[in-house]
Amino acid sequence: MASFSHPHLLGIRGLSRDDVDVIFQTAKEFKDVINRPIKKVPSLRDLTVANLFFENSTRTRLSFELAQKRLSADVVNFSAASSSVKKGETLADTVRNILAMKVDMVVLRHPHPGAAHYLASKIGVPIINAGDGTHEHPTQALLDCFTLTERLGTLEGKKVCIFGDIRHSRVALSNVRCLQLLGAEVMVCGPVPLIPKHFSSLGVKVEHDMDAALGWCDVANVLRIQLERQGAEVPFFPSLEEYHAQYGLTAERMDRLDSAPIVLHPGPMNRGVEIASEVADREDAIILDQVENGVAVRMAVLYLLAGRLGGSED
Amino acid sequence: MGPAKLLINPLQFRLTLDRLAHQLVEEHGDFSESALIGVQPRGIHLASRLSTRIQEILGGTRPRCGELDITFFRDDFRRRGQPLQAAATNLNFTVEELRVVVVDDVLYTGRTIRAAMDALLAHGRPTTMELAVLIDRRFSRELPIEAKYVGRSVDSLDSQRVKVLWSDHDGGEDRVELSNPT
Repeated sequence: MASFSHPHLLGIRGLSRDDVDVIFQTAKEFKDVINRPIKKVPSLRDLTVANLFFENSTRTRLSFELAQKRLSADVVNFSAASSSVKKGETLADTVRNILAMKVDMVVLRHPHPGAAHYLASKIGVPIINAGDGTHEHPTQALLDCFTLTERLGTLEGKKVCIFGDIRHSRVALSNVRCLQLLGAEVMVCGPVPLIPKHFSSLGVKVEHDMDAALGWCDVANVLRIQLERQGAEVPFFPSLEEYHAQYGLTAERMDRLDSAPIVLHPGPMNRGVEIASEVADREDAIILDQVENGVAVRMAVLYLLAGRLGGSED
Repeated sequence: MGPAKLLINPLQFRLTLDRLAHQLVEEHGDFSESALIGVQPRGIHLASRLSTRIQEILGGTRPRCGELDITFFRDDFRRRGQPLQAAATNLNFTVEELRVVVVDDVLYTGRTIRAAMDALLAHGRPTTMELAVLIDRRFSRELPIEAKYVGRSVDSLDSQRVKVLWSDHDGGEDRVELSNPT
């Protein structure tokens, strides 16, 4: 049986196909666990995990916290809004101080790309990257692919298109890497200013016509327009209405297709911008499956990383 | 490992299974309020064989038979270099109000069964819980756990390995082997 051999989960980059398979198999068992009357197992009961969120997040943090609690870990939460970061403390110092209180693992969300990698080089506990700026968000990509694997059986040869705000998304890069690792063909689609030039170097197709992209793909992963990151002086597109007209996933667009793709959305949704309510609420939508699977996948990652702690003495 | 010694030959194996099945029927009757639960990974074979044999004896329906994975309940997590890969739990019935027989192939330190008790209780509250094993490695217990139904008690060294081999899973005939370290 292949095993997971990494000390941290910093990104999808560096993971092998076997690593992802081990995570998925473990997640499958945890999904079973969280659907039981008693949703908890004692695996991590002697561990303390710190969730360090230097940037806002609701669902990722909630999902991690639930995953930790269902593994019986002790959890401490930290958010930048109420912290001494505002008083000028550096990231490494903040984390060292928290570790001095005997914390065994760190989940880190940070606005700067590479923050998790930097921290991994400074401190000696497992780190899970829960999003570093616009760089990677590995657990989101894993849960997206896990959800698709559940639905489709395999991603080998499947066509997946990521729509929307690729430029500001940490989900996009991780997703591209994870999908390619699992054998899927990947396309990105959005307005020219929202697709960074370097994306074509990842071996993905780039398309600017939404209908063409929808016709091509088996799966549509629709990303959120990050309203808070749109340029204040020079906007990336003229208006939300304009965006919706050009790139909104509407029922009308879906109905025009011979076979409608499976729709994913990492949340939070801007209804009426990148996705119309009729599409988001369709019976076959798997957006809420993603949320459920998020807990199972994060339990698997925590479990696999924790298993390496303290095992070296024998 | 040195050459394996045959501890139970195919004929003895069959007689032992038969005896265990009869003992279970004696205690549990038609199994309408009882269930067999095999512990992953290797207890599931014994549970399934017993269930088949009991069905033959009763000439009726097959006793409920589930599979329980205990990986997340083990007490040696983080004492190994790597976490163990979990196997599937298949329980298509609720254990509430049932008389449950936990089934494993070899009872050794008792730690697996301790974990199985915890894992099973996470699925509900059975009326009673009993333990059936094919092999009881005596004098090796690390926890106060004993089996109610025992196929064969064996004396073995901690360094030795007792392996139950199933014809439909491991090939060859049903047998139990004891192997020595090299």
